[in-house]
Amino acid sequence: METFFGVPFAAIAGQLLIGLVNGAFYALLSLGLSIVFGLLNIINFAHGAFYMVGAYAAYIGLTYFGANYWAAMFLSPLFVGVVGMFMERTMLRRLYRLDHLYGLLLTFGLTLVTEGLFRSFYGVSGQPYAVPKSLQSALDLGFMMLPSYRVWVIVASVAVCLATWLVIERTKLGALVRAGTENAKLVEAFGVNVPLMITWTYGLGVALAAFAGVLAAPVFQLNPLMGSNMIIVVFAVVVIGGLGSTLGTIVTGIGLGLAEGLTKVFYPEASSTIVFLVMIVVLLLRPAGLFGKEI
Amino acid sequence: MIAALIAPFYVYPVLLMKLLCFALFACALNLLLGYGGLLSLGHAAFFGSAGYATGVALVAWRLPFELSILFGVIVAASLGFVIGGLAIRRQGIYFAMITLALAQMVFFIVLQLKGLGGEDGLQQIPRGKLLGIVNLANDRSLYYVVLAMFAAGFWLTHRIIHSPFGQVLVAIRDNEPRATSLGYETGQYKLIVFVLSASIAGLAGALKAVLFGVVTLADVHWHLSGGVVLMTLLGGLGTVVGPIVGAVTVVMLENELGEFGSAMAQWTGVSWFGNLGEAVTIVTGAIFIVCVLMFRRGIVGELQHLILTVRSRPRTIQPQTTEWVGPPPF
Repeated sequence: METFFGVPFAAIAGQLLIGLVNGAFYALLSLGLSIVFGLLNIINFAHGAFYMVGAYAAYIGLTYFGANYWAAMFLSPLFVGVVGMFMERTMLRRLYRLDHLYGLLLTFGLTLVTEGLFRSFYGVSGQPYAVPKSLQSALDLGFMMLPSYRVWVIVASVAVCLATWLVIERTKLGALVRAGTENAKLVEAFGVNVPLMITWTYGLGVALAAFAGVLAAPVFQLNPLMGSNMIIVVFAVVVIGGLGSTLGTIVTGIGLGLAEGLTKVFYPEASSTIVFLVMIVVLLLRPAGLFGKEI
Repeated sequence: MIAALIAPFYVYPVLLMKLLCFALFACALNLLLGYGGLLSLGHAAFFGSAGYATGVALVAWRLPFELSILFGVIVAASLGFVIGGLAIRRQGIYFAMITLALAQMVFFIVLQLKGLGGEDGLQQIPRGKLLGIVNLANDRSLYYVVLAMFAAGFWLTHRIIHSPFGQVLVAIRDNEPRATSLGYETGQYKLIVFVLSASIAGLAGALKAVLFGVVTLADVHWHLSGGVVLMTLLGGLGTVVGPIVGAVTVVMLENELGEFGSAMAQWTGVSWFGNLGEAVTIVTGAIFIVCVLMFRRGIVGELQHLILTVRSRPRTIQPQTTEWVGPPPF
């Protein structure tokens, strides 16, 4: 068997694939975070909770209502988006004039409540979610087996990321959102209903998180804490990439996923800390982040 | 004061000591958040690492009580120097995210380090003897030691806040560019207050480890970091006694929630209340939300505000302050 630095090539490729899958989740989540942060000036700690709810919504849909994976892919982000918009209207809206940190603390509280609720219903042990039948096969590449579902996760999340990027950077709606990020008062003076736009943007941001959750359901075991464990890593990803650029956020997310995969091959002990180590290096060398505009 | 001295004869001393530890922890965070305006979402890293360090010193190295506590504080301070030094390179929201991420890294390191017990943590840490004479296995003797250390820590935060250093700190919190333009090295001030806060949090963690004889991963988990922010916020950011009130409220709530739940279940006949004890995170989160939305000044802050408004009402007309509803801005 071919080896690379004494490690079988298949093992590297396998870990890289898993890293790519993780990276796709980081990209989707940090993209949602950066959209929400841009317009609302709130770091949405609850993003991880929405990701978890998205995954559970798929699970609940399947077990209680017989909604299959493909339906969940559509319904779960819709449901979570609506819930998010409701929360924005009722709670987050009251905090816009205050310091950013209150938004972080409020969403922190929301996360604790959501996690607590799911824990009281489902406990802390994982719930399995079957891979949809049409994606259960695996491609034989000769040197490794390529599970179709993993490929699908990567393709789907990259496609959604790019679509979001296109909407933000290339459409009129996206231009309005970007203008609102720069100067909300001015955009409002032009007759745009900014509060409504903010509500929709928040809904879209958390819907992205829920979409990531549905994609993740068959890969990881469902667990009420899956969101917060993820979101802390995503925070590090955001610190590394900076919240300035949409494409930069996507690239950073995927890159760090790959780095994590490689670490698993060569030095598994550090695989859970590698993202934080990269963050430290970036803070030392380029405090504003790789793609950041402001400190 | 006298109440604190005679309290162990009336109340279970271990509960009192637990309250003191968390009150000290909250005071440490209040120094950083309330006066320095720096939100650390990773303070459990200092609390827990000091606990682990003290535990290792007592169990594996058989160091005496005082040196073990000192070692714990030094570990927390050094960690505070590293994490604080990195985090102050960014501001505001990023500061919070960096502290949270680095604390999570500490969590993983603690989980993986051999000799720290992994998932089980350190068990059966001996309490030892104070200066080789006083046996601390007795709850009441330990209580007075913890009380003395709490008083020392509390006095220290009080002194820091009311020193010229503290004044500069508040100036940086309120307007950093102005403080910079007045010639203050704001970065240095922030780093110093971060290390001080980490050390005091470490003292609290070390005492808690000795008190219960156990250190677990929960002591370095981000839930605890959030919990201590809640205590400070609930009591009143930037008030002297607020963190103590907040810590006592939260700890008592966590302790009594189960009993309160079963009482409610009996009284109302709704069995759901019986599970309230397990739902601590839901209640904690709900208090967080209510706190941020309704009373950002915290219990003590609101009381102070109430007294101020009542006092000033007959003489002066309140100036119409525009929109500012929060406690001192971060």
